[in-house]
This record gives sequence, C-alpha cells and structure tokens, in this order.
Amino acid sequence: MGTCEVTLESLPRYPEGKEILTCIQCGACSGTCPYGEVMDYPPRRMIAMMRAGMLEKVFTSDSLLACVACYACMAKCPRGIRLTEILLPLMKEQTLTHLPELPGELQKALQNTLRYGNPMGEPSRKRAAWVKTAGVPIRILAEDPRPADALWFVECYTSFYPRGQDNSRATARLFHRLGIDFAILGNEEKCAGECGRLTWEPGLFETLMDYNMAVFQKYRFNRLVTSCPHAHNAFKNRYPALGFNWGLEHTTPFLAKYLDRLKPLLARKLDCTVTYHDSCCLGRQNEFYEAPRQLLQAIPGVKLVEMVHNRMNAICCGGGGGGMWLDTYFKAKGYERLSERRVREAVATGADVLAVSCPYEVSRFEDALKVAGYDKQMVVRDVTELLAEAMED
Amino acid sequence: MHILVLLKMVPDVVEELEIAPGGKALDLEYLRMILSESDDHALEEALVLKERHDARITVLALDAPEVDDALFTALAKGADRAIKIVGMDAGLSTRQAARVFSQTIAHEPGILPVDLILTGVQAIDDLDGLIAPLVADDMGLPYLGIITRLDLDAPKHLALAVKEYPGAVRGEFEVNLPAVLGMQAAEKPPRYVPVAKVRATMKSRTVDCLPVPTLADGGWPAVQVVEMRRNEPAGHAEMLEGAPTQVSERLCGILAEHGLL
Amino acid sequence: MTGSICVLAEQWRGHMSEVTYETLALGREVADQLGIPLTAILTGSNARELARTLGAADSVLYVDHPLLAEPVPQPCAQALAQVMADRRPRALLVPLTNVSLGVSTLLSIRLGVAAVNFCKDLTVVDGQLRALCVMYGGKIEVTVEAGGEPAILGIWPGARPADKGRASRPASTIEQITVALEEPRVRLKKYIDPEAGDVDLSRQDVLVAVGRGIQSRDNLGLVEELAKTLGGAVAGSRPVIDQGWLPLSRQVGKSGLTVRPKLYIALGISGAPEHVEGMKDSGLIVAVNSDPRAPIFNIAHYGIVADVVETLPSLTAAIGAKRSVSHHA
Repeated sequence: MGTCEVTLESLPRYPEGKEILTCIQCGACSGTCPYGEVMDYPPRRMIAMMRAGMLEKVFTSDSLLACVACYACMAKCPRGIRLTEILLPLMKEQTLTHLPELPGELQKALQNTLRYGNPMGEPSRKRAAWVKTAGVPIRILAEDPRPADALWFVECYTSFYPRGQDNSRATARLFHRLGIDFAILGNEEKCAGECGRLTWEPGLFETLMDYNMAVFQKYRFNRLVTSCPHAHNAFKNRYPALGFNWGLEHTTPFLAKYLDRLKPLLARKLDCTVTYHDSCCLGRQNEFYEAPRQLLQAIPGVKLVEMVHNRMNAICCGGGGGGMWLDTYFKAKGYERLSERRVREAVATGADVLAVSCPYEVSRFEDALKVAGYDKQMVVRDVTELLAEAMED
Repeated sequence: MHILVLLKMVPDVVEELEIAPGGKALDLEYLRMILSESDDHALEEALVLKERHDARITVLALDAPEVDDALFTALAKGADRAIKIVGMDAGLSTRQAARVFSQTIAHEPGILPVDLILTGVQAIDDLDGLIAPLVADDMGLPYLGIITRLDLDAPKHLALAVKEYPGAVRGEFEVNLPAVLGMQAAEKPPRYVPVAKVRATMKSRTVDCLPVPTLADGGWPAVQVVEMRRNEPAGHAEMLEGAPTQVSERLCGILAEHGLL
Repeated sequence: MTGSICVLAEQWRGHMSEVTYETLALGREVADQLGIPLTAILTGSNARELARTLGAADSVLYVDHPLLAEPVPQPCAQALAQVMADRRPRALLVPLTNVSLGVSTLLSIRLGVAAVNFCKDLTVVDGQLRALCVMYGGKIEVTVEAGGEPAILGIWPGARPADKGRASRPASTIEQITVALEEPRVRLKKYIDPEAGDVDLSRQDVLVAVGRGIQSRDNLGLVEELAKTLGGAVAGSRPVIDQGWLPLSRQVGKSGLTVRPKLYIALGISGAPEHVEGMKDSGLIVAVNSDPRAPIFNIAHYGIVADVVETLPSLTAAIGAKRSVSHHA
C-alpha cells in the first residue's frame, strides 16, 4: 500500500491503522518523546483521541509542530506501532492546513524548497558551485552522462552551507582515493524531500519525488549514495513506490564497507577523544549503529567514548520533521533546544570532538556549543571529515 | 464588493541574471520569473479583506513564464477568478503593461464593476513608471501607494489606508472607492498554501485566458535603453579574510585607528 | 523656464527634505553642463518661506494651493502638469521617496512623455541627458535616454551630498503660481508618529544593524551584546522590523530613519536600495554577509564574507578585550 493514499479517515481500515488501535496506552511513546512534556497531545493521548474520534482537536492544536520526527516513540512502542511513518505525517498534513499562520521560518523553507530545490533559497544554478573547491575531479552527469557505479546524491546543506561543503569535499576526496566510480547530478539535483513529507507537506514531497525520479531515469548507475540520512530515508521508504529500484547507501555505512581499503590510507594520527551522535534517521530508523563507530575507531589516535544516551536511546538534535526551521518558534514558546540538551551530554563525556553523520547536525551542534559556552572545548565534525583529515594526501 | 488584484511576474534575482547579446536587455532564456513581492502582498491584503467583508476577488496577470503557478496559487489561496492576458510580446514596459491592464479591465465584459484595485507598490523592473498610478490615471480613479494597512467602509464607499512615510511615520488616509492602491505590505505575511492544494486547484479550476487588447494610443515616447550591464560598482569594501578570530582582531585594529573604540 | 532643468522641491510637514538639496545639487551640475538654467518647483500651502532655502536654483516657482499642503500624489501631479504645460523644461527631477512616490509617473502620463524611475545619476553625452538607473534590486544598471521633453526623472536619494545643494544666500526670485485643482478623492486624516520612548537612532554614534541574514530572532541577543560592547544601539532593515523582531522605531531605510552614525555595522543585510538610502552617509560602514556578491559590500568600507552568527561572538570578544585595555590605559 502506498501510504500516500491513506487519509486520516480511511486509516482505521488499513492494517497500519488497525495496528494503531491495538495500542495499550502504556505511555512509553509520550515518555520518550523529547517534546512530550510540552505537547497538549503527546503521542499516547493522540492515539486515545483517534480512538475517541476526536483527532481534530489534536491537529487544530500546535502539538504536532513540536514533533521532530525522531522515531523515538516508534522505536520504544511495545506493540511495534509505526507512529512516525503513518499517523504523524497524516496529522502533520492536517495541522498544516489548520494552522492560522505557519511559522515564518518554516514557510520560507518550504517555499524555497519548492522553487529552488533547497530550503535555504540558494540559487538552484549554483548547487554544484562547491565542486570547483573539492580538489579532486568530480563528474557531473549532465556534462558527462557515461554510466557510473555510484550516483552520489549530495543534498542541500552539503551543497550550499560552507560547513556542509566541508563534508562534501571530504566525501569527494575519500571516494576519489578509494577509486570509486562516482558522479553527481550537479545543478539538476533537488532536495530529496524527506522533510517535506515529515514537515506536513506531502504535495511538496511528491513534487520533488516526481522531479528527482525523472532525473534519475535519464542516467545509468548501479547505486545511489547520499550523505543525508533524511534523503536516505526518503529513497528507502518512499521513492520505491515510484519505481526507485537502485541500490541505496548512506555515505557512512557505505564507507564502512571499504574499511579494509580505507585503513591503510588513514596514516595521519588525530589524537582526539571522539563521541558519536547517532542521527535519528540513520540510527533508530535504520539501525546503522556500528558502521560509524568502526570508521571512527579505524582512525589512528582516536579514542571513542559514548554519551549516556546512545544508539537507540540517542537524543534527537531537534532538526527533523521541520524542526530545522522552527528554532525561533521553539524559542518563543520557551522550549528547550534539543541540540543544547545533546551537546551537554557530549561535553560530559570529556570528548573534544562530537562526530556526526547528518548534515543538519553540524550547524545545529556548532550553534548549540556556542550558546552553551562549550565552543572552546568541543568541535563538531562529520565522520567523513575526520576520515579525510586522517588520510594523507 | 469586488476586488481586483493586478499581478506581475518579474525576473527572479535569486538566480543569476544574464545580459542578452546586444547589451540592452536581460537574456530571457536564462531568466526565471517570480511573482513581484509586493504584488504577493496585494493579493494577501485582498484575501484578508475578503474574509472581513465578504468580497469577491479576481486576479489579473499578464502572460509570462511561471505565471500559471502564481495564478493557481492565488486561486488555491481563495481568489474567485483568475485571468491571464495572453498574446503580447515579451518584455513589455511597465507603461505598456499598465495599459494592457486598464484596457482589459475597461473593455472585457465581466470584470467591471470593481470596487477596489490592488497591486504592488513597485516592482524591481518598473523602469518607466509604476503600475498603480498608471492604471489609476488611465481609468480616472484615485490612487495612493506605499500602503501597509487597509480597511473598507463599504456603505460609505471609502477605503481607509495607512501609508508609510520616512522616519517610521504613518499617514492615515481616506480614499474614495473605486480606487487603485499600491500595497507595500499586507497586514500579515502572505499565507502558505500547501502544494497539494495548488495541484488540486490545477485539476479542478481554470485560468481564463483573454487576448491582449489592441492599444489605441501606444504612441507615447518610450525610454530608450542605451546600455545594460551587471552592477559592478566602482566602490567596493576592503575585504577582511581569515578565521573569525583573525578577522575580528583586524577589524578591532581598524576601529581603533578610526578612534571608534 | 523653457529649456531649463527643473527640480521638484520636496517639503513635508513644514520642512524641506534633505533629498531636495541633494537633487538640487545634481540638477545644478546637469544644468551647468548643458548651459541652461536651474529651476526649483515647490508645491505647498503657505509655504513660501520654505522656497527661500532653494537658492541653489536660478529661480524658484512656488505653487500655492490649500490642497497642496500635504504631498498627495494626484493633486501634486495635477498642479505640476499645469505649471509645466506652457513652460516645457528639458527635464524635471523628482525625488524617489515615500513622500513623492507616484508623482513622476502621474505627471508623465499627463504630459504625454516618458518617466524614468530608479535614477542614481545623470550625465550629459553630446548634449543629451542620460540617466543611470539601478534595477532588479540593485543587480543591474542601465543607461537610458528618456524619450521626449520634458524628461521626468525619478532620482534616488543620495545622488549628491545635500550640502552641495544648500545655498548660502536665499533664493532671489520666487514666482508664485496659482493652479486649479479638482476636489481631492484621497484625503489625509492624520499622521501617526512612532511611539516615543525608544532609543533615538539618529542620535547614536554607533549602530549595529541586522537584516534577514541573522536568520532567527534568538540571535538578536548576540547582536545586542555587540552593540552594548561598542556603546551603540541595535537597528534593523525592513524585513526584521516586519517580522516583529525589532520595533518600528529601529527601522533604517526609506520607510524608516535616515541615520549618519560614526560607525554602522551591517550584519546580514544584503544592501537593497531601500535600506542603503537610510545609512549610506554613515562615517565608517562595516558589513558582514555570507554572500560575497551582496550589494552592501559596494557601499561598505570594510567587508567580511561570513556567517553572521558565527562571526558575532568573536567580534564581540575582540572588541570587548580591546575596549577594556584602552579603558585601563
């Protein structure tokens, strides 16, 4: 079943909906929800309202705005109810149409993504501008459409944000040194749109899916690799309905498969203590817990330490589900910023590097470190950045 | 109450602008068009007034790339009718565009009577005048621009408009209706309409196409472009480069030299 | 005045606008190059006294009518059309401000000539007037020739320094003109002044101004800290005010205040003409913007291409350190 056709009304008739109705109201979801305490209708109550036929009360409140799509409620549910995949997107969709006014930051991000293919409103024709600074050759398919083994789907933050580009340059160097036959879409690429779906905008998501699928079909490649766990999520769970049947990898687990070839290249000792933050999409949703840790431990001089909440229990950075564009809104409401909660845990480990695998997290955690006054103690690095740094030229 | 909103597409300056060979115009091939920002505010204000006064909204636009998106979006947001004027040459001047608007309004059956015409105060390509005063003058209607708040007193046929002045001063005006008003900003930011709703609108509604009217007296003197170029200004800041701490140190030194610390 | 250069003198609420003198200075230059006289035209009601300040022009025409007391575009254009109909000057320069907006467009239709908007400068080439216009939010410049005479030219503020257009002696000849005007259909009820009590930006030596580029209201704290360290105040560009992040009294630009502090730090402000108009005469302008092509760098003295939020803390720290050293010295 394509979940896209399911509506809130028809949901109880589908197996997924019946599954929701088996809820035992234990409250594990609400307890684990990072913003559960500030929602009028945290997940458990939401399900109770659904049973009572009173869902409208939920989506006319602003509870859903605080859902950062972290998959925690879903991961903790003893009945295995897949809330983040089914009920929450449908509820968010309704919230979008019922909110009297959308928070400005979020509205701008959605409009930008529709128009320019990226939420920050950067010119779509400059998406591949960073390529010139990569220092290694990067093939753009529009210019050289020969088949490639790996299509690298770069994504937005990694194309436009200066710190995101650091990640892209590192990835390009790693791919190049590993001899991977890769190419990118360049300016033809647009946001994969996962946040579109989880940000209450199914129409935006479908528009982006249609667009990207049409571009994919122009070229020949075996597998798609992306540095963005949100894009990975979209390609894994949503795009197949439109015929996406290529191999799919996220950069971090992808590189872990090349560990044997990678190890001899990692000759520079980094001498640092690293703690790794499991991104929600990569961790709870896909259970890639060990690959990033294996890569980090392969770097000479790296000592890996764990935060109190790690792997399945990791605390969300607060950027998913549209949270990336609701910081001002959360602040105005007086909610604690999840990225600040998270960096406090990271600093408590005594590590000097906070390693991540999601492009959202670099800017979120760097901001949080500054706000919390820890920016002298700790830096944020993508796993690929650390690998590239350890690789001798 | 019938509100007419005039919409104009302008070059999207987020994307790079290229000059056409010959050096007198923008290269249309490289251009992306977007609804003029203040026109979007004019539409929003019309929607706010509709909610308040049970008005009917017609949006009127000149054909341009991506104009259908703008028109269906307007319908999805709550406009009652969308009209696109087709068949004109690309690159009309503002004065010609205004003429096309006023002639269409005057002669096309089913548009008049209109109580209020709203449009953006100014567009980034209004080289030879502004749409609102041009249309107002053509139609013999009162005009006021730079409006940031608006309400209607329907029984008295009056618009109550707040205009911006320098120094954060506002002027409260009374305008006889019908009138043409140039909106600077609606009282709230233009609303969001879900993409799915726009897509559904594209399936369920239509945009009426009207042929461009023949302009009776287009013989006014036109502005002649001698040369167009990208703005590469003579002056440019001295750029400070380096890590944030280095740059900050340098700037501190400069401020100290100027006696500012 | 046939064959002269005319300048529309803008007066508002009993005062001559600064832009009037700026435009007069530009008009003077052009008139001298063409070897023709410069005429100032003032519209108003019982405002003859103001006309005396227009000595930079060779002559002044003062149009008096009760309906011209406030600068409402249609009566103003109607009056000017009558003044100019039998006097056909070469050109009329109209300030492009919130006070006079719309006048040049309306007048051009009445006279059956072209209007030219967005002029930042005028030149004379082979006896022909050419206008340099800034379009597309400052991204493009065009040189144009207006078709027909008089050329109606809308001039951005700041074309020339106002002091160049302020004459030491009062205008010698002031000719008063009467016009017939229609019953107005647009009536000013009252002015609403900004609420008093907030900082007066125009009196600050140091302004730290923020634009869209600061991304979020939360970052205002960092900005305030920098302003405090520098002993200045925080100002904003229009989008920031519109979002409600700062009160209206902090708006710099065409619709806000015109400021001339000793130091103006523009953070995440792209430099749209509307904003630049209000701050370009500041003593020292420093701009921080992540877009290296942002037009603000064209008028700033020093520029930094960086994310504002990333730069702010180190800037505040560095300045704080320097200040405490100099205070102790």
